[in-house]
Amino acid sequence: MSEPILRLRDVSLSFKGVQALSALSFDVASGEICALIGPNGAGKSSLLNVINGVYRADAGDIVFEDKRFERIRPLHAARLGIGRTFQHNALFKRLSVLDNVLAGLTRHSRTTLVEHALGIGRDRSETRDFGRRAADVIAFLDLTRHAHAIVSTLPYGVQKRVDLARALVGRPTLLLLDEPMAGMNQDEKREMSRFILDANRSLGTTIVLIEHDIGVVMGLSHHVVALDYGRKVGDGAPEEVRNNPDVIAAYLGAVH
Amino acid sequence: MSFFIETLVGGLLAGVMYSLVAIGFVLIFKASGVFNFAQGSMVLCAALIFVTLREKNIDFWLAALVTLAIMIALAIAIERIVLRPLINQPQITLFMATLGLSFVIEGISQIVMGASVHELDLGIVDTPIQLGDIQVSQFDLVAAGAAGALVVILSIFFNWTRVGVALRAIADDPQAALSIGIRLQTLWRVVWGVAGFVSLVAGLLWGSRQGVQFALTLVVLKSLPVLIIGGFTSITGAIVGGLIVGAGDSLAEIYLGALLGGSVSSWFAYALAVVFLLVRPAGLFGERPIERI
Repeated sequence: MSEPILRLRDVSLSFKGVQALSALSFDVASGEICALIGPNGAGKSSLLNVINGVYRADAGDIVFEDKRFERIRPLHAARLGIGRTFQHNALFKRLSVLDNVLAGLTRHSRTTLVEHALGIGRDRSETRDFGRRAADVIAFLDLTRHAHAIVSTLPYGVQKRVDLARALVGRPTLLLLDEPMAGMNQDEKREMSRFILDANRSLGTTIVLIEHDIGVVMGLSHHVVALDYGRKVGDGAPEEVRNNPDVIAAYLGAVH
Repeated sequence: MSFFIETLVGGLLAGVMYSLVAIGFVLIFKASGVFNFAQGSMVLCAALIFVTLREKNIDFWLAALVTLAIMIALAIAIERIVLRPLINQPQITLFMATLGLSFVIEGISQIVMGASVHELDLGIVDTPIQLGDIQVSQFDLVAAGAAGALVVILSIFFNWTRVGVALRAIADDPQAALSIGIRLQTLWRVVWGVAGFVSLVAGLLWGSRQGVQFALTLVVLKSLPVLIIGGFTSITGAIVGGLIVGAGDSLAEIYLGALLGGSVSSWFAYALAVVFLLVRPAGLFGERPIERI
């Protein structure tokens, strides 16, 4: 495996005495798909929230592309190239699909407010460029026929794809997907898996995702990290983690 | 007939004055989904600063510029002290914060600059102009011109640029907006700064009409029906709403007032707003929420 793009060292997080993450350490290699698995409440979403700075870890370091952070903030994370989607779609519901995707390009804007407002300088070429990039991603995720629909009117599964499109259009180097397939049927999951694999292969995006469906995880990921009560109970290749007795215990309950 | 038209035109122009205040609300509502209770205080604050500077014999344009600078500084302070700690809190929390903010701005303005009534002369000659059969207030024409110019500038800025998309994105979900790299803080500063500028224009025009005094903050009460009728999210709506309220007010005062014994204009706009709430709750130009259930 190649160099780690993300390293977590002894990351801990607690909410009013409840330990969400305890001294968690693992690496995510550049270019891989890393799945976080574990029962509900194991700390998976908390972990993603720590990585992109929604939560602040109580202790520990996050090293992203050789830069060490004690605290990263969401805006800063986005600008460094950490994209994400949300467990409960946090889309801009009153905007069209196209506008949602365009909003995802904000961090790449190089024009000043004045240039942009008056349509002078680099603005024209940037607007054209943004339009093309948005259209590309929309086509890539098979959303073209929904491009002008208001997001809140679309079915849940399609909204999940819009969330992915909004994150992908910014060309993140690291993409965090929080249950991208929640509430989907098998066909939709297969389709979503294909989009995630395509993004990983053709764009080279490193992906950290949370998924409950073990079948999907086995087929999709290169690396699996299993959590239980905020602790790491498994870390390695998918097969290896699946056969790990601690992971089985976490999912099925330990035999005493 | 010419009396009707004169009443109508006078009412329309007076309505534009309400629109000027309403635009300030719309700006902040668009950018955060919050009704900014402090808008009236900002109008008072801007007018007080300007009139205090003018009473020290400072040149008109310099005074306007200094006032604008102070309003922008205020906007930056509000973003840093009030808004930033409240990101991702429920909108009612932000609303309560603006309520508190309004007392702070009013209080500090009056501690520093006094609570007495100041006269403000903008140097606009207010002799009526004869247009065909009807007479029109020159002052109202200037106010209408100012409002028109504001609308054009703001529309270009917010509707034809990606800034508009970013603003609506922030209003929908601030946390997601941050997570995809939208500079929430910068945009909030810009919007509150622009709202400060709009407050300045409204403060000057209202101040020169009513005198600069605490009662200026009550102007916002009259802009509420304007917002309800026009819609909270549309600058065009603020203008059209203002025109409807202004025209409705003066026509009702003349034609209904005779039947009901007067002072119709004190409640007519609110009654109209209630009708709109029943028939078209999002207002004429407001975004109607579409939700898939």
